[in-house]
Amino acid sequence: MNKKSKYPKLLGIHARPGPVLSILLAALPFVILLGIYLVSAEIRHRDNPADKLLPKISKMTSAVKHMAFEKNRRSESYLMLDDTLASMKRLLIGSGLAAVAALLIGLNIGLFPGVNVTLNPFLTFVSMIPPLSILPILFISFGVDELAKIVLIFIGIFPIITRDIRLAVGKIPREQITKAATLGASQMQLAYRIILPQIMPRLIEALRLSLGAAWLFLIAGEAIASDGGLGYRIFLVRRYLAMDVILPYVLWITFIGFTMDFLLRQALRFFYPWYVAGEDK
Amino acid sequence: MNQKARFLQVIDVYKSYSGKVVLDNIDLQVKKGEFCTVVGPSGCGKSTLLRLIVGAEKPTEGEVLLDQVSVGPPDIQRGIVFQRYSLFPHLTVLANTSLGLRLGGRPGSERMSSQEIKDESMDILEKIRLAEHADKYPHQLSGGMQQRVAIGQSMIMKPKILLMDEPFGALDPDTREDMQLFLIELWEQEKMTIFFVTHDLEEAAFLGTRMLVLSQYYSDGRGNGKGINRGAKIISDHPLPRMASNTSGKQSREFTRLITQIRKEGFDPDYLQHAHEFNLLHPDSFQTLTEDESRI
Ligand SMILES: Nc1ncnc2c1ncn2[C@@H]1O[C@H](COP(=O)(O)OP(=O)(O)OP(=O)(O)O)[C@@H](O)[C@H]1O
Ligand SMILES: [Mg+2]
Repeated sequence: MNKKSKYPKLLGIHARPGPVLSILLAALPFVILLGIYLVSAEIRHRDNPADKLLPKISKMTSAVKHMAFEKNRRSESYLMLDDTLASMKRLLIGSGLAAVAALLIGLNIGLFPGVNVTLNPFLTFVSMIPPLSILPILFISFGVDELAKIVLIFIGIFPIITRDIRLAVGKIPREQITKAATLGASQMQLAYRIILPQIMPRLIEALRLSLGAAWLFLIAGEAIASDGGLGYRIFLVRRYLAMDVILPYVLWITFIGFTMDFLLRQALRFFYPWYVAGEDK
Repeated sequence: MNQKARFLQVIDVYKSYSGKVVLDNIDLQVKKGEFCTVVGPSGCGKSTLLRLIVGAEKPTEGEVLLDQVSVGPPDIQRGIVFQRYSLFPHLTVLANTSLGLRLGGRPGSERMSSQEIKDESMDILEKIRLAEHADKYPHQLSGGMQQRVAIGQSMIMKPKILLMDEPFGALDPDTREDMQLFLIELWEQEKMTIFFVTHDLEEAAFLGTRMLVLSQYYSDGRGNGKGINRGAKIISDHPLPRMASNTSGKQSREFTRLITQIRKEGFDPDYLQHAHEFNLLHPDSFQTLTEDESRI
């Protein structure tokens, strides 16, 4: 049974990389990046043992130990934990509110022609405003604490999710709406019992795609005015060129983002098996 | 025109899409309890006619009446089964079937308890032989099973009229025959009125008590030039004997003769009958032509 496969392992459109090869290949870019970093750090440290730009791994672990596992003397708490909690709170409230509002407004725009003609042009217009350009306005009108940052995240991702929901509603076959009406669905039942459960998975997908943007607005907001948060810390220590703190923080943010994406994907699979099966077709 | 025939009425109905006429002065009345089948070439406007009757679209001109009342947007009096998309993907088979009862119930009937709703839905699933699949989602069913659920979902509401748009179009021949027999059985039991669109002539002749042919291949007083913006009309209308509930009738000579005739009348682009010569043989059939159309 030692027949040679006619499918190439790696090259070309018909390639069938096996599971082991897939994992090795996936690890490859990471390993290369790490290698380049280690070598460059080594070279720079040979020239200048006090180099700050590319800190050695040992320097970073001790910085992490200091930030994450030792109580800060002034605040009597763990700084990295505080920063994480502060940022997560803003991120979750901002994107949660955006998701709920987008769901309701997108649903109604998509379903009711009257709401559509009233709100859709306005929504299209609003979604063209670069959110960061109104950041000063937000700080002036909502003050420099939590509210302004939450509003920034909200304004940053709400229009795009709304538009995605509207498109999803529009894609629901006309036949389903007719069918529901012939089964006696009132307009409210149609909207909230027939259509809404069907676009929930789309909301999760849209949210997954918007999380990157949400982080962007969060960090921008924290960088400009804040007294805590992951973005705040990065921009604070930048003044001392503390790459040994910045790099671990960036990795940590990336890890949190990755985890959130993963959890949303699992939720999709768990709660909406019919959607996942339909997408695979 | 007898009174009984005025259950479903379509009067001088036109439908055009961005200027292009699709349905051209349609006149039709169907009596209660009729199993009316509609055939016609692809794209002639069969689905459009069905959408007008269910109320998903408005006629450009003319009127559709059900029980003497002009119809509005889709409602509980008219059930519909489409070729696709009839089921709600996020609901299980049982939830799809019971949906109408859970939303508001049949008009005029008392509110049912959730146990009663479940029992009645399971009865229907029993009838369409899907009881053991009650907890599956539509995507886990075959095409034939999905269509059966769609029919059950409409049936449970006992609509005055059940509209069906090529409901068996995607099924293999065996399943299709099963479903045909099943539908006739339901129709006999429930004494419903059915309006059934199909592109399969044998199916139409076998199922129906009346068969309509909708086609754009005809001529009339407007001439035959290229610039004529002509849509489809009902060009023939046949009463059909109800055959025994088995498929052997499909071989009879009468049956094959009718099908050959309809194929020529409705489906041959070069065989153009004048509007005066249409085979409108059914007693409920009528036609009002405009002055232009009726010119010889
Ligand atoms: N929403 C629409 N907008 C524009 N044109 C349409 C629309 N719906 C239908 N038509 C046109 O009307 C004509 C009739 O369409 P319809 O779907 O009713 O045909 P049909 O007889 O059901 O065809 P088939 O047998 O292929 O299902 C077609 O030429 C189609 O292009
Ligand atoms: Mg059609």
